Amino acid sequence: MFRRLIGTIALSMVATGALAADPVEIHIGYLGHVGVKSTLSLVEQPADNDGIAGARLAIEDNNTTGKFLNQRFVLDDVKVKDNDDVAKVATDLAGRNDYIITDLPADALLKVADALRDRGTVLLNAGAIDDRLREQDCRANVIHVAPTRSMLADALGQYLVWKQWKRWLLVTGSHDQDKLYADALRRAATRFGAKIVQERTFEDTGGARRTDSGVTLIQRQMPVFTQQAPAYDVLVAADESQVFANYLPYRTWDPRPVAGSAGLVPTSWDAAHDQWGAVQIQNRFVKLNMRRMTALDMQAWTAARMIGEATSRTNSGDPGKVIAFLKGKNFSIAAFKGTRLTLRDWNLQLRQPILLADGRMVVSVSPQEGFLHQVSELDTLGVDRPETKCKLQ
Amino acid sequence: MWRRCLLTGMLVWLAATPASAFVAYVSNEKGNTVTVIDTNSWTVTKTIKVGQRPRGIEFSRDGKFVMVAVGDDDTIQVIDTKTQEIVDTLPSGPDPELFTQDAAGKTMYVANENDNTVTVIDLEKRARLGDIQVGVEPEGMTISPDGKILINTSETTNMAHFIDTTTRQIVANVLVDSRPRFAQFKRDGSELWVSSEIGGTVSIIDPVKREVTGKITFDIPGLRNEAIQPVGIGMTKDGKTAFVALGPANRVAVVDGTTHKVLKYLLVGQRVWHMDFTPDEKYLMVTNGVSNDVSVIDVASQKVIKTIQVGELPWGITIAQP
Repeated sequence: MFRRLIGTIALSMVATGALAADPVEIHIGYLGHVGVKSTLSLVEQPADNDGIAGARLAIEDNNTTGKFLNQRFVLDDVKVKDNDDVAKVATDLAGRNDYIITDLPADALLKVADALRDRGTVLLNAGAIDDRLREQDCRANVIHVAPTRSMLADALGQYLVWKQWKRWLLVTGSHDQDKLYADALRRAATRFGAKIVQERTFEDTGGARRTDSGVTLIQRQMPVFTQQAPAYDVLVAADESQVFANYLPYRTWDPRPVAGSAGLVPTSWDAAHDQWGAVQIQNRFVKLNMRRMTALDMQAWTAARMIGEATSRTNSGDPGKVIAFLKGKNFSIAAFKGTRLTLRDWNLQLRQPILLADGRMVVSVSPQEGFLHQVSELDTLGVDRPETKCKLQ
Repeated sequence: MWRRCLLTGMLVWLAATPASAFVAYVSNEKGNTVTVIDTNSWTVTKTIKVGQRPRGIEFSRDGKFVMVAVGDDDTIQVIDTKTQEIVDTLPSGPDPELFTQDAAGKTMYVANENDNTVTVIDLEKRARLGDIQVGVEPEGMTISPDGKILINTSETTNMAHFIDTTTRQIVANVLVDSRPRFAQFKRDGSELWVSSEIGGTVSIIDPVKREVTGKITFDIPGLRNEAIQPVGIGMTKDGKTAFVALGPANRVAVVDGTTHKVLKYLLVGQRVWHMDFTPDEKYLMVTNGVSNDVSVIDVASQKVIKTIQVGELPWGITIAQP
């Protein structure tokens, strides 16, 4: 404690001291991928700059602070295509930047992490929600800012159980990531005492997401697809591929609410979130980017702010010091979630509350009241230390 | 006859009212109202409709007006304390939240959350004199007892900015813990206290050296650490006792002003936010946002003696002579 105090004193002295020298430059890379997925709802179609727009806002915020500390932040963004050698692109980017924020699929992220391991470049995963990246495939040079599927599923599960909607009809898409989400939802049901009364699979048979007469057909398909289900309280859909879930609300055979990939959706951010000072960042984001802020934007903002937080606390642009601070026990970051966010030291996953939003409003924020934990209530979301398969190296 | 008797009785009772009756104005952030409370009877005497999202609230130095920042209307409204009605507005800049005045009551400094500035307002002319660029999301505002230094805290930059009130230039920046919300000088100017909501601490700053010299931390058995979020600070004039509102911890910490040790925790309402003393310092009133009420603390006995229902999401409070 005393040592920390001295550190703080030294820091504040430096902060008030000489500002005449050239600013310390902190270079942050952003590695995204081309190929935006198609969504069922036109209003949910992501912008080309989804994610990077959040990082840009964080760079502005960091630079406002940097003005007082003689630090300047520079963002360097690159997008890879499916056929690109992602490891090579990342190595080039790492040559120019000490930190890289990534929005990559799990396999690509692992390739990059392993390619950059010997350089010591630290990656901040803003895009991939796969649990395996924090479990059996965890890497010591990857900090995870995006929540995991299991954190999202647990956040929803806690709320549904709190609401006493304990009988779930689980409908899963036919793609791999849909199945992973369904696994996470099953785990949540078991953990929090919900019962999956029946499971159904919605096969993706192809077809366009946009047609001129689509509604007529969907209106006939969805009630039929959901009929003759055992008694249930809520339909929980696992459809990360955006094939069917958004067709379900108001069209189920039984009048039941929908949650999961449509209806009440667990997410790290929503454009409607206005608690805990969030209006300020929502306004700043709209002003800078002329559109509303998505979950990926927020995850990228948080990643870039984490670096800014570490450079201001250490008053240094030295990657060694910055990373040590991020991984150390004094690190925390404020991100408009009503509590400080910290890293799980066993797998470098950022602890965070999860919003439950319906597309217009934030309905609730998990963890829910009454879900207790001996260390942090945020650890009631996702895979906890005793269950982890991660061995950081 | 009986009625007359009662009336006379009431008059006698009114005449016997101690001279220490004050009036408290509470801003209700969600209710878009200001609740007026009589501190003798501890009852609500009036509810004033104001603009959208009233937060920072303070008496003018002459006691004639109450000023309330209505952030979503991008202005500060002025309430006449005689009529208890809105009589004017001030050109505050976008999204005003907290503000402070100089000792003479001539100049006002407003934190504008939306554009990283502090706005300077001439209170007599009701005109905007200029802006000072500060860190991201300016919030806490206070002036040193000698009037020379204005303090502004910025919530995402995590600093207390020291601003020279003559030149209006930043002369120092002191890094504190996450989301600094409120700043308060000791009356003798020897210490500056800054609360950090997300960091969970109060930093003690030496205003001469402009360094953090100590930190107050809070530990409440049975309560998770993340729920302890210090916001409002109140300090007695002699600097011996301080009170710190701990937000969702639903408690006010009583702190020894000299040793900086936490003496006890007082259980109040939910999400306790800001506070003010009655001018005689007998009582401290704190706003409880989520439970929509105000707790009254007896300063001498350090006990909560009363809870008063107010409007929706009470936020700020200011108390003065009626």
